Amino acid sequence: MTVIIAPEKTSARPDGRRTVRRPRRSIVLNLTAVAIGLAGWALLSSVGVQGLPGPLAVAARAGELIADGTLLQDVLASLRRVFLGFALGTLLAVPVGFLMGWYPTARGLLEPYVQFFRTIPPLAIIPLAIVLLGIGEVPKVFVIFLAAFLSSVVAAFQGVVDVDRTLINAARVLGATDRTIFLKVVIPASTPFILVGMRIGLGSAWGTLVAAELIAAQEGLGFRMQQAQLYYDLSTIFVGLIAIGVLGLVMDRLLLLAERRLTGWQERR
Amino acid sequence: MKNKISFKDVVKTYPMKDATFTALDHVSLDIADQEFVTVVGPSGCGKSTLLSMAAGLVGPTAGEVLVDDAPVTGPGPDRGVIFQQYALFPWLTVRKNVEFGLRLAAIPAEERRRRAERAIELVGLADFADALPRTLSGGMKQRCAIARAYAVNPQVLLMDEPFGALDALTRVQLQDQLLHTWSQERRTVMFITHDVDEAVYLARRVVVMAARPGRIQTIVDVDLPYPRTEEMRLSPEFGAIRNDVWHSVYHQPPATPAA
Repeated sequence: MTVIIAPEKTSARPDGRRTVRRPRRSIVLNLTAVAIGLAGWALLSSVGVQGLPGPLAVAARAGELIADGTLLQDVLASLRRVFLGFALGTLLAVPVGFLMGWYPTARGLLEPYVQFFRTIPPLAIIPLAIVLLGIGEVPKVFVIFLAAFLSSVVAAFQGVVDVDRTLINAARVLGATDRTIFLKVVIPASTPFILVGMRIGLGSAWGTLVAAELIAAQEGLGFRMQQAQLYYDLSTIFVGLIAIGVLGLVMDRLLLLAERRLTGWQERR
Repeated sequence: MKNKISFKDVVKTYPMKDATFTALDHVSLDIADQEFVTVVGPSGCGKSTLLSMAAGLVGPTAGEVLVDDAPVTGPGPDRGVIFQQYALFPWLTVRKNVEFGLRLAAIPAEERRRRAERAIELVGLADFADALPRTLSGGMKQRCAIARAYAVNPQVLLMDEPFGALDALTRVQLQDQLLHTWSQERRTVMFITHDVDEAVYLARRVVVMAARPGRIQTIVDVDLPYPRTEEMRLSPEFGAIRNDVWHSVYHQPPATPAA
């Protein structure tokens, strides 16, 4: 599941700060849509789609899972994996992307691998990861890492390639060395690309999570849903799905917030 | 008078698919210390390439580019460059943009602030010192870029169609401001433009270039006193010189057959 949400329209104020204010109307519409969705769901379950639990049953199950601590434990386990894989992935992707963008030699050497592995869905790596890395935390984190890395590395690379040549020249004529240009021009100029890459990377990392947790996990949202499937426990599956969706949305929003903070200087056309 | 910038028999070619493109064909030009020279010509005449060579951003294929009698080996803060696209760092405020070159020169914070302040006041942006470029108009952006160049106090100003993207009124205002500053702090100015009026209004000498291959067509002296005024723009003397330059730019003899 990839959570990518297009940035909403923002209004510009003359003082240079953008406000992120959504008109009340749109919030009302959003809430209405959610209410209609819940009503439709309740209706479907009450007219008897075989075994489908209603919203109330799911809420009750969620209450139980929260009360006995299972949900929190699963959420923490999943978040730990995602954050570890995502952090390692982006941490490596940024320098590798910069290297590829800045040095044609590095680009020539690394690009075939990046482009090749990008075409393989990280999930297809799982069998290999199990054989080579066992069934502990390592293969799970590795697959998430790979997903996050491959999405961010291309963005970082593109960010460096797309840095406006005149900005680099402007710095050079003011006496900047290559090092200074890299630190003071290339990095800030490519931040918007990197943050977009990070959002996409987080989406793929989160999307790879559930499948990664099929590798003999003992806890985690994916594991819990897998268990529930064995017992035909649809309510728990729904709780898991909703938790994944809500957490994904929250993480994406947090990154979007960071993006606005860090790249508010951009000219929007 | 001492030469500040010298182009000696400069050639610049670029390899093309099946031929070489000659951007500059044996160009020689001397610009005196503290002189204001404009270069005008049709697109593709290599005028920007010439400026980039003086800036040290591009090297000649053959020939020599000298600044202060020393060959240019790369860019340096002794030569300030102003680009048509402003080239402001969009993530920095006006003040931070202007301080950029001063930071590179490791100027102490207090003096840096003072010099930046002065440059910002000189171009009339004092009220916008803490604004980001995205909130500025085109004219204000270019003022900021000019302040950034002034701040490091270069001896040479290289201006590559700096007012080309501005509306006519803003353009005239910035021309007057530029001449005013130049009359106070004499620098050597090489100013590229495609606007004949602008070329004549600003310069002591107008260098007219021709295209394919890029070369100097003629050099027109502008025997009008400084300070230049708006009345002067309407004078018959100004008109005569402008016609002269206009004629050289737009009635060029047919180009030699392409190489």
